Amino acid sequence: MPAPATTETKPAPAAPPPIEKIKIKVDGREIEVPKLMPDWQGKPQPTTMLQACDLAGVEVPHYCYHPKLAVAGNCRMCLVEFGTPSMGPDRRPALNDDGTPKIAKSVLPYEPGTPRGAISCATPVSPGMEIYPSSPATKQMREAVLESLLVNHPLDCPICDQAGECKLQEYSVEHGQAQSHFVETKVHKPKAVDLGPRIMLDDERCILCTRCIRFTRDIAGDDALGIVNRGSFNTIAAWSEGGFDNNYTLNTVDLCPVGALTSKDFRFQMRVWFLKETKSVCASCATGCNIVVSSREERIYRFVPRENNAVNDCWMCDQGRLNHRWVGRADRLKDVLVRGQKSTWDVALGDIAGRLHRAAPGSVAIVASARLSNEELFLIKTLADRLGALTDSVPRDGAGDSLLVHGDKNPNSNGARIAGIAGAPMGSRLPQIAEGIASGVIRTLFVLGEDVTRHGISAELLARLETLIVSDILPSATTAAAHLLLPGCAHLEKHGSFTNAGGRVQKFMKAVEPPGDARAEWEFLSELISGKGAPGAAPTLEGVFAKMAAALPAYSKVTWGGLGETGATIALP
Amino acid sequence: MVVPRPTLKWYERLYLPALYAGLRVTLGHLFSWRKSGVYGDKTRDQQFKATLNYPEELWTVPPGYRGAPYLVSDSKGNTKCVSCQLCEFVCPPKAIRIVPPGLDGPPADRPPAEKMPAEFEIDMLRCIFCGYCEEVCPEEAIFLAKDYYAGYDPKLMRRDYALTATRRGDLVFNMRELLERGGTHADGHGKWEHKQREADDQQTFPLKG
Ligand code: SF4
Ligand code: SF4
Ligand code: SF4
Ligand code: SF4
Ligand code: FES
Repeated sequence: MPAPATTETKPAPAAPPPIEKIKIKVDGREIEVPKLMPDWQGKPQPTTMLQACDLAGVEVPHYCYHPKLAVAGNCRMCLVEFGTPSMGPDRRPALNDDGTPKIAKSVLPYEPGTPRGAISCATPVSPGMEIYPSSPATKQMREAVLESLLVNHPLDCPICDQAGECKLQEYSVEHGQAQSHFVETKVHKPKAVDLGPRIMLDDERCILCTRCIRFTRDIAGDDALGIVNRGSFNTIAAWSEGGFDNNYTLNTVDLCPVGALTSKDFRFQMRVWFLKETKSVCASCATGCNIVVSSREERIYRFVPRENNAVNDCWMCDQGRLNHRWVGRADRLKDVLVRGQKSTWDVALGDIAGRLHRAAPGSVAIVASARLSNEELFLIKTLADRLGALTDSVPRDGAGDSLLVHGDKNPNSNGARIAGIAGAPMGSRLPQIAEGIASGVIRTLFVLGEDVTRHGISAELLARLETLIVSDILPSATTAAAHLLLPGCAHLEKHGSFTNAGGRVQKFMKAVEPPGDARAEWEFLSELISGKGAPGAAPTLEGVFAKMAAALPAYSKVTWGGLGETGATIALP
Repeated sequence: MVVPRPTLKWYERLYLPALYAGLRVTLGHLFSWRKSGVYGDKTRDQQFKATLNYPEELWTVPPGYRGAPYLVSDSKGNTKCVSCQLCEFVCPPKAIRIVPPGLDGPPADRPPAEKMPAEFEIDMLRCIFCGYCEEVCPEEAIFLAKDYYAGYDPKLMRRDYALTATRRGDLVFNMRELLERGGTHADGHGKWEHKQREADDQQTFPLKG
């Protein structure tokens, strides 16, 4: 269960008054909980029984409740038995014989023998309240709720993409019962409904929790979904056929606790229990949403957002999420090429080291992508300083929005600025480099991860160079002109860190192996700088990071280990 | 680690006693007039023989033998497997490989089942014939094939205790081969057809059932 207590809250306005605590009992254990807790918008609201149970470390099963969405209270899964201190006729708390407060359990008014549960997601706690999330009555309520949720459920698990991460499966095993009292024919609803360009809906599997509706209305700001028809025929529908189309639709697939909403991109691709999960960040814009990369046998199947309240909460945009197919493209660069001939890393790096060593000061220029990691940009800067090289990155501007998407489409522009690679503004030195090549001053160009022919350094100019060293992932006009071609890695194939638009330094971990001879840029760059196996060569990424933190004041307060899973914010220079 | 060599006595070094001990078993069978339990159901002629003229003569497998895993079709010849990949997951030696259909893959033979594998392979050299796949399958689509269901082809089934080939690759059976060998398995419930019928009935008014 995603904890409502979040890893890190956004900077709060100056010292809020201390929050009053109240004492309650959960399963007979006394705990103190704050009277108010942040709701989905971060506003303080009375603490609910579900939040209190969570603080007590007791999980209450729930479907419609989500810490980042408005409370709807419609699924009834979170029902719990509870009691409150009873009052004597004298309006004073009634006491048991042993002096403890007398608890009146909540019961049906017309049937005092039957406990009356309350939905814990929407019921605030009160002082002295006792919650019984593990009592036999609570257990019975859960069984009954699950039974009714399954009345018309198709039990499609063998063909359902959600199987393996389905809350209906999980709760049925943990809290359900094997038998159903219902003998009626199940209501059949539409299957494989085209809800939007990226979403497929199976109405039979939907439990009508309305998480998807609330997300798209309240978070994405696109009131595209609703419930139509009545009773057992309730179905989720988009306002027009296929009309569920905003840049955040796929978050509803994550939110959907069952297999009703499925991603067309992932539909019938792989069963989730085979997927290896790697923590990473999205590299499609400067926001750097935290993600989990799901892969199997070196193939990436999907990205799923990972909670980070300092960056992306629990969401990510569709565009970033679907930007993974290219990693497994067949035309990925796999071989080290020296003048078009297949070669080895040792030969190529030796050749490059020799050429750079012989190059006259000022005759080398480096164009390094702002899609490279902080560590790589730092290593490139080290190399550039040694050669007195002119450096720059390529700006990549696009449309942003007010939720997550940033206008800067480079994941690490700030990294390139901090390392001192990028011009001010980024890309302003590219014309200078082009002129340098044209006038014959610049004889050697080192390009990492960019197709410079599309950024003002034409193929004719490249042809004039004495040495063109290119490291890239996919073939381009620049790689075609390279004298020395070094196959590099996607950020999903290596470790590293990016500094996002807000100055948050975030780690990404290696999810899959790079193809062929391709190697992580930081690896061959450190080898190029220090010589293979030389003492002082930092052979590990942690080592490079430590060197970088020591050399660049912006990173002086962070360590690789200290970045943790959700990163650390630095002050941008 | 040093394994000490045993020092052999002089008669042990002759090797003849060991040779004799080994041959005694073989010769015992050769001259045995005892009826072999394993070959009990052989013709009278062969009852007392310990050997058979394989492969012209085939062994009748004893009842405890489970068979080899094959995919089966339903009574209409449709693929029953829905590519749930549970067998792939449960298979201890990872003998099963399934390529799921994806969004554009082949449509399922039975429409409401929505999907079936694009490819399904079992490496018979890896398979340990444990039967877990049969046990886990929610669709009754994979069976360790023996002659216990109607419509099996005895010629094909007889082969499954002698999975032989001249190349390793030939023992990696693809979906077509697996379905061919599996034959049909008519289950009584017809789950997907039943679902489809129910759904169709609900399209008409007044509702039936
Ligand atoms: S939603 Fe869950 S319970 Fe329903 S078919 Fe899918 S996996 Fe099974
Ligand atoms: S489609 Fe999923 S998220 Fe939406 S109401 Fe149904 S079960 Fe809930
Ligand atoms: S019988 Fe056992 S080893 Fe063979 S395919 Fe089935 S699960 Fe795998
Ligand atoms: S044979 Fe059965 S268990 Fe294996 S994928 Fe097909 S349906 Fe699933
Ligand atoms: S989680 Fe409380 S009613 Fe749904």
